[in-house]
Amino acid sequence: MTKRIVILGGGTGGTLTANRLHRHFKHHRVDSEEVEIVVVDQDNQHLYQPGLLFVPFGLAHDQDIVRPRKKQLQHGIEFEQTGIDHVDIHSDTVYLENGRELPYDVLVIATGARLATEETEGLTGPGWNEKVFTFYDLPGATALEEKLAAFEGGKLVLNVVDMPIKCPVAPLEFCFLADWFFTERGIRDKVEITYATPLDGAFTKPVASAALSDLLVEKGVNLVTEFNTGEVDGEGGKLIGYDGREVEFDLAVVIPLHSGQEYVGRSDGLGDDLNFVPTDQRTLQTKAKENIFAIGDATNVPASKAGSVTHFEGDVLVENIIKFLDHKPLDEGYDGHANCFIETGFGKALLIDFNYDTEPLPGHFPAKVGMPLLKESRLNHMGKLMFQWFYWHALLQGRDIPGIGATMPQHGKEHPTPTPEGASA
Amino acid sequence: MSTATYAGVTVELNDEGFFEDPNAWTPEMAEEMAKAEGIDALTPDHWKVLEYMRKEYFEKGTGPTVRVLGKNSGVDVKALYQLFPKGPAKMAARLAGIPKPKGCI
Repeated sequence: MTKRIVILGGGTGGTLTANRLHRHFKHHRVDSEEVEIVVVDQDNQHLYQPGLLFVPFGLAHDQDIVRPRKKQLQHGIEFEQTGIDHVDIHSDTVYLENGRELPYDVLVIATGARLATEETEGLTGPGWNEKVFTFYDLPGATALEEKLAAFEGGKLVLNVVDMPIKCPVAPLEFCFLADWFFTERGIRDKVEITYATPLDGAFTKPVASAALSDLLVEKGVNLVTEFNTGEVDGEGGKLIGYDGREVEFDLAVVIPLHSGQEYVGRSDGLGDDLNFVPTDQRTLQTKAKENIFAIGDATNVPASKAGSVTHFEGDVLVENIIKFLDHKPLDEGYDGHANCFIETGFGKALLIDFNYDTEPLPGHFPAKVGMPLLKESRLNHMGKLMFQWFYWHALLQGRDIPGIGATMPQHGKEHPTPTPEGASA
Repeated sequence: MSTATYAGVTVELNDEGFFEDPNAWTPEMAEEMAKAEGIDALTPDHWKVLEYMRKEYFEKGTGPTVRVLGKNSGVDVKALYQLFPKGPAKMAARLAGIPKPKGCI
C-alpha cells in the first residue's frame, strides 16, 4: 500500500507544492508506507502569468512565458493530463474527465481562478477582440498587442469588473505602461487613458492607494471610482454601470469577474457561490474536509490572488500536509504575506510588501538597506525582470529565494503615526 | 473615530461612518440612520438586504460585493441601486452596522 497525495492544478501553487512534498517524501514514510504524488491538469502549458502584462506592449511573447507543466515537476511525480469532472469529498476520490478515478489520502486544490466573462452582459459580444479586450489570458494579451501597435489615438479605458482579481495592481501597471508606450510612439497627446474601478480609490489599502493615485495624476490617467460595470456595449463604445453611469471608449481593456473553476461547483460541499474554496487563512486547510488543503487563487483567503502569496503559502501548506499525515496539529503560520513589483513605465517600478495586518508602507525591503518600498526606482524594475528567472529555477522547484521568506519582514518599514484607522487593512 | 446617537444609544463610528462594533447595532438604529441618508422608511426589501449583509459579515468577516448581493440577497442589482442609491454595498453595510466591505486584494 502507498499513501497518495493528489494535487489538482499544475500552475504555480500545484507545482511548487508537488516538488516540495516530493523532496520530503523521497526520504520519509507515513505510517511505514511510501507516499506517491499525482498532479492533474487539463493542459501541459505552464504560463508565467506576470508576463501577460508585458505582452500587449510587445515586451514579452508567448514563447518567453510558456513552458511545459510536466517539465517543471521533479522525476517521480506523476502528471495526469485531463480535465476534472468532480471531487467526491465523502469517498475521498477525484473523478477525472478521462474516466480515471483517483482516490486520495490528501487532496490539494491548486486550480486557480477562472475568467467569468459570461457574467458581464455584452462583454464577449460585438467588438470582442476588436475594440474590447482582456490581457488576463494569452490569446487576449496577444490580440491586444496588435491592436495597441496600430492604435492611432482616442479613448482607452481600463476597467476592472469586480474584486477579487488576480494581481490587483496589474490594471494600474497597464495604465502606467500605456502612458509610456504611447509616449514612445509619439502619440500620447492623442490618447486619453481612463481607469474605471469598483473600488473607492486607486487601490484598497490607504497608504498605497494615495501613492498610486498621485502616480495616476502624474501620468495623466483619469480615475473613475465606485464604477460597477453592468454591461459592455461594444458597438456603441461604452461601459454602462449598474448605477446608470456611462464611460465611453474607443478601446476597452476589461478585467472580467473572477471565479473558481467549474468542477468546484460540481463537487458537493467543496466551494462557495463563486466556486472559490473556503479555506482557513492561517493553516490553508479547507473548511470542506480535514484532508483537503488549498493554495493560491483557488481559495477564498483574504489575501491577494498573486504568485507571491501562493509562494509564501506554499511553505505553510507543505509543512501542514506533512503534519496532517503524521497526525500532528497544524501550524497556523501563514500571515497573509504578499510582495509585488508594480511596473510604472520608463524602466522603473515600485515594490510593495504587506500581510493580513500590515498594509503596504514606505521604507525598504527586506530590511533598512534594500529595495525601496512604495517608491519608483530602476532597481525595482530590474528586480521585476529578474524575477522570471527565479520563478522557473527556484520558486517552482520549491527552493528558497535568498532574502524572501514566507513571513513578512517588519524591519525597514516606515509605519505612519497612529490614526484612528491605525494600520488596520 | 467619532460617535453618534441612534435610537437613544451612543455608538462609535469610524472616519467613514461605519460602525466600530457591529454588535452595538440594533434594527431601530438602522431606521433612524436610513432617514438621515434620505430613505423615508425601510421596506421589506431593504431588510432582506440588511439581514443578508449581517449574515455574510458574521460568517465570512466581510460584507459582500454588489454582484454577490445581486446574486444571493434575493434583490437584483438594478433594484439594489433603487433601494440604496448611493451604492448598495457601502450604503447597506453602513445601515447594517458592519464595516465597509473589503475589496480583497
